Amino acid sequence: MSDNASRTATAHVHGHSEENYLECAHGWKSWAFTLDHKRIGVMYLVAILASFLLGGVMALVLRAELFTPNKLFLSEDMYNQMFTLHGAVMTFLFLIPSIPAALGNFILPVMLGVKDVAFPRMNLASFYLWVFGAIFFLLAILLGGLDTGWTFYTPYSTTTNTAVITATLGVFILGFSSIFTGLNFMVTINTMRPAGMTWFRMPLFLWSLYATSIIQILATPVLGITGLLLVAERALGIGIFDPARGGDPVLFQHFFWFYSHPAVYIMILPAMGVVSELVSTFSRKTIFGYRFIAYSSIAIALLGFLVWGHHMFVSGQSALAATVFSALTFTVSIPSAIKVFNWLSTMYKGAISLETPMCYALSFIFLFGIGGLTGLYLGALATDVHLHDTYFVVAHFHYVMVGGTLIAFLGGLHYWWPKMFGRMYNETWARVACLIIFVGFNATFFPQFVLGSRGMPRRYARYDGEFIFFHQFSTTGAMILGCGLVLCAGVLVHSLLRGRKAPANPWGGSTLEWKCSSPPPHHNFDWPPVVTEPYQYDHIVYDPEHQGYVEVEDIPEEDEVTGVPVESHT
Amino acid sequence: MSTTTAPPPEAAPPEHSGGGNDDHGHGHDHGHDPFLAHHFGSAKQQFDAGKFGMWLFLVTEILFFSGLFCAYAVYRSTHPEAFANADQYLDPMLGAANTAVLIFSSLTMAWAVRAAQLGQQQLLVRLLTITLSCASIFLGVKAVEYSHKWDLGILWSSMFNPQLHAHHSPALLVMSIPAMLAVVATAILFGLGKSKQKPVQAKFWGCLLITSAAYFGGVGLGLVVPIIEGAITGETAVEVAEHAAATEHAAVEHAAAENAAVKHAADHTADGAATTAATAGSVEAAAAEQVAIDMTYTGIFFSIYFVMTGLHGIHILAGMGVIAWLLYRSLLGHFGPRYFGPVDFVGLYWHLVDLIWIYLFPLLYLIG
Amino acid sequence: MDSHDSHEIAHVMPLKVLFSIFGLLIFFTILTVAIAELHLGRWEIIISMLIATTKASLVAVYFMHLRYDNPFNAMVFVFSLVFVALFLGFTLVDVEQYQPDLIPVEDPIATGS
Repeated sequence: MSDNASRTATAHVHGHSEENYLECAHGWKSWAFTLDHKRIGVMYLVAILASFLLGGVMALVLRAELFTPNKLFLSEDMYNQMFTLHGAVMTFLFLIPSIPAALGNFILPVMLGVKDVAFPRMNLASFYLWVFGAIFFLLAILLGGLDTGWTFYTPYSTTTNTAVITATLGVFILGFSSIFTGLNFMVTINTMRPAGMTWFRMPLFLWSLYATSIIQILATPVLGITGLLLVAERALGIGIFDPARGGDPVLFQHFFWFYSHPAVYIMILPAMGVVSELVSTFSRKTIFGYRFIAYSSIAIALLGFLVWGHHMFVSGQSALAATVFSALTFTVSIPSAIKVFNWLSTMYKGAISLETPMCYALSFIFLFGIGGLTGLYLGALATDVHLHDTYFVVAHFHYVMVGGTLIAFLGGLHYWWPKMFGRMYNETWARVACLIIFVGFNATFFPQFVLGSRGMPRRYARYDGEFIFFHQFSTTGAMILGCGLVLCAGVLVHSLLRGRKAPANPWGGSTLEWKCSSPPPHHNFDWPPVVTEPYQYDHIVYDPEHQGYVEVEDIPEEDEVTGVPVESHT
Repeated sequence: MSTTTAPPPEAAPPEHSGGGNDDHGHGHDHGHDPFLAHHFGSAKQQFDAGKFGMWLFLVTEILFFSGLFCAYAVYRSTHPEAFANADQYLDPMLGAANTAVLIFSSLTMAWAVRAAQLGQQQLLVRLLTITLSCASIFLGVKAVEYSHKWDLGILWSSMFNPQLHAHHSPALLVMSIPAMLAVVATAILFGLGKSKQKPVQAKFWGCLLITSAAYFGGVGLGLVVPIIEGAITGETAVEVAEHAAATEHAAVEHAAAENAAVKHAADHTADGAATTAATAGSVEAAAAEQVAIDMTYTGIFFSIYFVMTGLHGIHILAGMGVIAWLLYRSLLGHFGPRYFGPVDFVGLYWHLVDLIWIYLFPLLYLIG
Repeated sequence: MDSHDSHEIAHVMPLKVLFSIFGLLIFFTILTVAIAELHLGRWEIIISMLIATTKASLVAVYFMHLRYDNPFNAMVFVFSLVFVALFLGFTLVDVEQYQPDLIPVEDPIATGS
């Protein structure tokens, strides 16, 4: 079995000869009532990108206003509304659903090797719940807006005249959307893994989605009850959070942050999962420390529940609680650091190629590194007293949420774009966009660390003359970032119209989704695929005829003995 | 190494690859089972997935209610006297009756699952109807409790204003309007079903008629139990509550009078003598203030009481809706030894509703 | 070929077990009401919660089939209770710890009178 013929025998590509999921049915009803996880994922993608646009425009408005220390065009009240809505829209409508709902819904079943998620109708319901939640948000904007900050602290949120109830109900509905997605993923991974796919043969993206689902299930209901109690407080005056009725506003913060801290791990864990996939594929090397990364994902999910009080150090929380929460906060950084070390070790002595997804992955490692490290300053009690409610906090969370989640989302989007839509985009311009985004992002947010440590408070529409330079620098950066994102969007849209057809495996990925056609057929696989160890690249070689990678059968024993590299292709 | 050029021998041809609406597909390789969805490999896998999914949903419900238990724990630990004080407004016998009703409904629900597994369709229908009826009875008793509190002014914090005497309002009548409408509607639909000779419709609406009527059984139970209690203890529940309200009211007036007296003393006396008088007055004023604070926190107790029992009641209503859906499917003959998942999973939800009440009962009704 | 016997899919609960558990639950309900009449002060909450937990366990293990089910489901259930305990525990401790720091609403300094 050493002749060229057997070495170049390529593996079956599932769905190769039939209609893909986009073509198999037509008409708006085939989308509105679809049960196909891939179509649901695409609908989510469009929806969350629309929210990102809305939240992004709000951000640019805020930064524009802050170009000068005095009023440019926003009153203080309008400014309050703008940052509240920017935060709420970005957090609840974009960041939380982004990777799990838009990318995960599409990729999870295909990567797992199954036909669909466990509960396809619940999946569709989850999407429509997102839509209803978004409608409530839009209603809130129209019915008086929201000026409480995305954190809804009492007693201001129970007394202000803005549309708090409408917005809170929107958040409640969105919470259910999130819960249903997480529930679906957990059941799918637990009960539908194909033969041979043991827990430790699952790709790490699936581990990260599983860990995320744990958080979604445990934490989101607490947000639900918090929102419900807030509505009852406003509508009925139940007095639980209102000091005038004997209530306790710090209790509200405990309730709120019990969800909202784990929520940030809902945002970052899938992002880390994406990065694990990208780093391995584009280093053409097995991921280093697979089990460590898998266990770290679960550890982050669980430890994330123990640290919520670090948002409340100056709220009136007791010294005992503050100390305990601060100490626990330091432990959460350990699994994150383990992941970074493992990614770097994967790249070491790998065959690194800097395609667009890899550019985003590298950006992530750098930016998340900064974001994570600056979190430690905020976790330490003494420094937090100085930095709390300043721009330092704003910079920190934008580094992890934008530099982390958004960058990884874009990386995943560029990685799986050919799979989802069957088109290749222009590599050069996509990389230029990535560079502009990277530069613009750092220009926007790095100065904010300086601003914060020098005392610039957050959520302020006006500021002292001493801060002018850094604010103007930041605003300029924001405009650059906006341009980069627009270019990125343009490149992707252009690919849909003019991009060349994508092969099944353009990047040489080793996970199961690359074994079916791009785009996949309706049922994903012609028969249940055979599962092996993940992240093995030996038998995946580049085929110039397909302009993509193909899986080669049966590497002859002799080659392994003599050590002749197998990557040589015809 | 993976050998994927040829399909494995036992693989089936690909299923219909059209459209998105494949609800439960008719998979060629799954025999003729109409209830096995196309993406599951076997009935067992589908059942296990559904069960696990329902347990995860129950976890979310537990965490949802945990916020309320947390609020309860916080306020009880910081103001235990106020909570003990609040207990006099609640009738443990009514709470115990409701507990027994829900436990019985859990029995009939678990029995219904067994009936579905054994293909005992008629028994299944009857047990689901009894479960629904128990839920109705529970709501009937709750309506009596709620309307009574309304009459006494015992509501959530902002509206907490205990009255000396219960003023008789149509609150119970108003709360019973939905049930009355349900009785009328189901009776009409039952009649229609019978006359048009549609046995499934008739049976379905007949069962729901029984369910709606059971609400009034609950109301009756809620009215009768305190009377029986009163006969035993020599004081009716109304009188107990009124007595409590009177004590509360008197305490409030006393506190108000004390505050006024202290203020008066402060306004009209000069130094020296005024200070001693004021100090003596302020000790009493502090006690009066304490009573006022207790009132505030008793009001908070009732806020928590109404939110907890109200949210629990909403879950009962939702459960009733889903069980009614099960009832309809049972009448259509969907459930049997090969397929009983939905009955099992809804049963789990119903048991959770019972579980939550098992904790609510002692925490709210049995403090004093 | 799938077996179509329900026993293959899940355990069927014997009627005797169902009725016995029901009986026990009613017994514990009566017990908890009776004990509440005794007014045992601090012990009341502990005893009533113990009885409630016993009842809850009976419902979970038998009515909800946990005894005969995939043990993972029971683990998931218990696991969630750990998080509830965490939430209540940390919050309660903090609330109790900062009580001394609270300024009463009626305080003239706070109300400005």
